[in-house]
Amino acid sequence: MIDAVGSPQSLLLLGGTSEIGLAVAERYARQRPLRVTLAGRPSDRLDAAAARLRNAGATVTTVPFDARQPDTHTEVIEKAFADGDIDVTVVAFGVLGDQEEAWTNVDVARELAEINYVAALTIGVPLAERLRKQGHGSIVALSSAAGERARRSNFVYGSTKAGFDAFYTGLTYALKPHGVTVTVVRPGFVRTKMTEGLKPAPLSQTADQVAEIVVNAVRNRREQVWAPAAFRGVMSVLRHVPRPIFRKLPF
Amino acid sequence: MTTQRRTLAGWGRTAPTVAEVLSTPDVEVIARAVATAGERGVIARGLGRSYGDPAQNAGGLVVDMTALDRIHSIDPGSGLVDVDAGVSLDALMRAALPHGLWVPVLPGTRQVTIGGAIANDIHGKNHHSAGSFGDHVVSMDLLTADGQVRTLTPESKLFWATVAGIGLTGIITRATIRMKKTETAYFVVDADRTADLDETLALFTDGSDLAYDYSMAVPDLMSSDGRLGRATFSRGSLAKRDQLPAKLRGEPLKFDAPRLATLPDVFPNGLANKLTFGLVNELWQHTVPSGGTRGAIQNLTRFYHPLDMLGEWNRAYGRKGFLQYQFSVPFGREDEFKVICRRIARSGHYSFLNVVKRMGAASQAPLSWPSPGWMLSVDFPIKDGLGRFCDELDEAVLGVGGRLYTAKDSRTSAETFAAMYPRLAEWREIRRSVDPEGVFVSDMSRRLRL
Repeated sequence: MIDAVGSPQSLLLLGGTSEIGLAVAERYARQRPLRVTLAGRPSDRLDAAAARLRNAGATVTTVPFDARQPDTHTEVIEKAFADGDIDVTVVAFGVLGDQEEAWTNVDVARELAEINYVAALTIGVPLAERLRKQGHGSIVALSSAAGERARRSNFVYGSTKAGFDAFYTGLTYALKPHGVTVTVVRPGFVRTKMTEGLKPAPLSQTADQVAEIVVNAVRNRREQVWAPAAFRGVMSVLRHVPRPIFRKLPF
Repeated sequence: MTTQRRTLAGWGRTAPTVAEVLSTPDVEVIARAVATAGERGVIARGLGRSYGDPAQNAGGLVVDMTALDRIHSIDPGSGLVDVDAGVSLDALMRAALPHGLWVPVLPGTRQVTIGGAIANDIHGKNHHSAGSFGDHVVSMDLLTADGQVRTLTPESKLFWATVAGIGLTGIITRATIRMKKTETAYFVVDADRTADLDETLALFTDGSDLAYDYSMAVPDLMSSDGRLGRATFSRGSLAKRDQLPAKLRGEPLKFDAPRLATLPDVFPNGLANKLTFGLVNELWQHTVPSGGTRGAIQNLTRFYHPLDMLGEWNRAYGRKGFLQYQFSVPFGREDEFKVICRRIARSGHYSFLNVVKRMGAASQAPLSWPSPGWMLSVDFPIKDGLGRFCDELDEAVLGVGGRLYTAKDSRTSAETFAAMYPRLAEWREIRRSVDPEGVFVSDMSRRLRL
């Protein structure tokens, strides 16, 4: 159960090596005994992630999860819930891809869509069903500011995140009467392995800074947060910038 | 059987979850619901005054006991009342007073049910003289997981596992309570004011407390200077008829509880802050003149339940809600008790609704909270860092052999709770013998892995 001050007892990380997801789990684990399930492709990185959380005091198990195999996703959720209720689920898997390849190569575009959007649905539907029966819990859906308005520099990624964002935003409405809170998190530029080699955009932040925002949002049962919070204002301006000007902006 | 899907939270409004709620005055319908309960189980709920999560059951069934509210009999001779578990202490008091009978244990609100009073083994300002609620229960009917209703008396282990058993041994459907006889509905009250924490503890232990059946003090836990722990004392006993002024003697058992207002649900988060609390705290400390007062005649609302004048006062804390941290430490640990008080005053978490009391002998129920020593309760609005601060307090309380109270707790860990209640294993064994499948579950039992 999530207690009165927002501390969970169990956490499922979909995308078991996500740096933001791990930073969230680590923050919780340092406070209280925490049971963590890491769902991801078996790899050294997944093992290292498990070791990192054990180090922080968590009890960790792993469940094999491949976003590109949607037929297995219901089973992944069943396995993840086998040890009991899950209080917080962080949906954190995704790929950024190479934009120039993505809009010119159909295989690359399709892979982005399958991982970032299709899998978010095929895992999200059975997840929502489990939480509905459970009558409590919290989903943290890591969306992106990139989904807010298409930009020349990353619109294929942005289009997948737009779909992701719409689905989980809709889930906030659908699950609320069942006692489940969905928090859609829209980070800007986060310095992680995913963005390695890219030039940090303004207001860039670390995974741990995003994690702090996530933990507060879960405690306050917020349905939508930007990371950093200032991004909300920035994006509400950008959203209304006329297209002839917007397309000339340097990002 | 028709149920209604509802979002339920405790009085602190902190961790709402959703359950199917069954509301019926028919015990047979409840018994069938228990016998056919799904995998997420059943828990009973009364008036929802527990601060945390003992009366909610995410994804499962919650039985609303307030529909089961008949008073079957009141016997002025023996002082025994036979009531359904959903009867509130307020309703019982109003019905019994004309017969010269007083509810033997009243907590800080009368808006609790008989079932909840037993299941939490509640206490009142008279704990040092009268014990806790379970001590006044003559018998009770318990609907167990097998769908049977058993009548329990204090000779049985199951009786004492149900007292303070937070609904996890079954559903209490009916009980016989031994009431206290009284000539009036008024109190003779002495008020005192102390200047600091040392004086406050001294006034509790200088022997003067023994003269009163009811006793408590409201300490200042916001001043971090020498005024920390100064308190207003309010101590008294039920008045005899001839102690009343002439104008009250005509109707000595008359009771009227005015409700001034019910708070609307419009308060912003953060209204409960240092500034507003500091002001209320200062005003409160000056309600008693420095020399104290002697022998005032006060009604129940004035002496005991000032908050009952405001309906739904928990709304003043805004939507984020609040928690009550109520703990006890044994006698002999006064130094550590004072250290905890100082930590609270310096924590940056502010509480003006504080109560300190010297507690009496413990009940024989394994999970009953009161035990000889000092108890303190504070109400904190939810804000950043409160969880960590309460964890630190847990450690300090546990370190001196103290513990937290299930009716108030909303956030401690299973590990801490188990360490605070050494008789938990004994209670679990009794529970397992009547509910081997774990039909009775609540959010609290999941959180504390009871």
